[in-house]
Amino acid sequence: MTDNRPTTLLAELTHRCPLHCPYCSNPLALIGAEAELTTNEWERVFAEARELGVLQLGLSGGEPLARKDLETLADRAHRLGLYTTLVTSGVGLTRARAEALREAGLEHVQISIQDADPESADHIAGMRAVRHKEAAAALVRELGFAFSINVVLHRANLDRIGDIIELAGRLGADRLELANTQYYGWALANRQALMPTAAQVTAAQAVADEARHRYRGRMQIIYVLPDYYESYPKPCYGGWGHVYLVVAPDGQTLPCHGATHITTLRFDNVRDRSLGWIWAESPAFQAFRGEEWMSEPCRSCPRKAIDFGGCRCQAFALTGDATNTDPVCTLSPLRSIIDRAVEEATGREEYRYRYLTLGSG
Amino acid sequence: MALTASSVPTLWRLARLDFDPVRQQHVLLYPEGAVLLNDTGTAILELCDGCRSVAAIAEILGERYRCDVLADVTEYLSQLAERELIRDG
Repeated sequence: MTDNRPTTLLAELTHRCPLHCPYCSNPLALIGAEAELTTNEWERVFAEARELGVLQLGLSGGEPLARKDLETLADRAHRLGLYTTLVTSGVGLTRARAEALREAGLEHVQISIQDADPESADHIAGMRAVRHKEAAAALVRELGFAFSINVVLHRANLDRIGDIIELAGRLGADRLELANTQYYGWALANRQALMPTAAQVTAAQAVADEARHRYRGRMQIIYVLPDYYESYPKPCYGGWGHVYLVVAPDGQTLPCHGATHITTLRFDNVRDRSLGWIWAESPAFQAFRGEEWMSEPCRSCPRKAIDFGGCRCQAFALTGDATNTDPVCTLSPLRSIIDRAVEEATGREEYRYRYLTLGSG
Repeated sequence: MALTASSVPTLWRLARLDFDPVRQQHVLLYPEGAVLLNDTGTAILELCDGCRSVAAIAEILGERYRCDVLADVTEYLSQLAERELIRDG
């Protein structure tokens, strides 16, 4: 994928969501319904994305089922030839809506699971969601969608990773994404509560490795490492502005869903500019493309071709300068920030739940 | 997962072969991913119908390209099998 064309668009259709997960990837300042792009505006965005070379579309949120026009949007995406994934909590996926989405040509549904223990799962979600999810999973299987389950892992559920894998197997998932929490936005605000211990991380890795082999050919298991416990940073989507773009509910267009945390950047909006212009010309997309922006130790490091300096959002959130090396990197002079965060996390804090409140839009 | 001449390769249920008019290239699409295919890769995958063995696919392509391609076809499909995009049987 080196043709300078994006392959993947994440369309955050709305920030409305019935769940309140304390690690939500949405920004702290959520966008209200009144500011959301219209059906026609989203249709234009999808068409421009396809012209630009996008192949994969994620219909995400918030909870995308909160949009009454989801079926219309899925239909449009399918007609454009996009491989489309519905990224959902499962809450609100009635039989009628699931059938309409299948009819519209939606191919892939990804349902989030918070934990294998129902009481814990509902505590993490901040609502009684488990029974909705099980019903949604059964519908997705019955209607023949490609079916993924994704689970965000953290201190409260990591010890049950084995049970979570068995649950996903029982629910009939084709794919299971087990992703350790990435600490941005809500998750960063809840880091004290969410950060696992080193012993939990080591034990969970062994369980995931064993299960990946055992389920091979039946359920694909993807395990995303907890990067605070890594020696080198993650290579975010092949580097900034390389293959990935995100359109927020109000049309702001970002190189990554965490990019709004970089307060020094200004993002262009699809209401003002074409997606093609934004991809090629927008200052926010240019900011960290390639290697010119890098400082030491990245600039002279051979690993810059592997991890591209790591995550710009994390560098900004933790060091205050988005051009710094991701502090997860053990070659960073600021690595102690990460080590201290790991040491200081007690797990005893209460969650700060995600709420879309009046005035936040 | 290494395939052999007698393996019967099929595309993963979640993957589909498509032509991208923007890149003027075939692509293999699957959840969260895409592989851009060259002409040879496309020719191999188009023959993966769940009935033909690796040997049978190599025989058809061998006639087309007038050379022995069994090793290359086996290697190519094994790499995709390693990524779970191709299943045996």
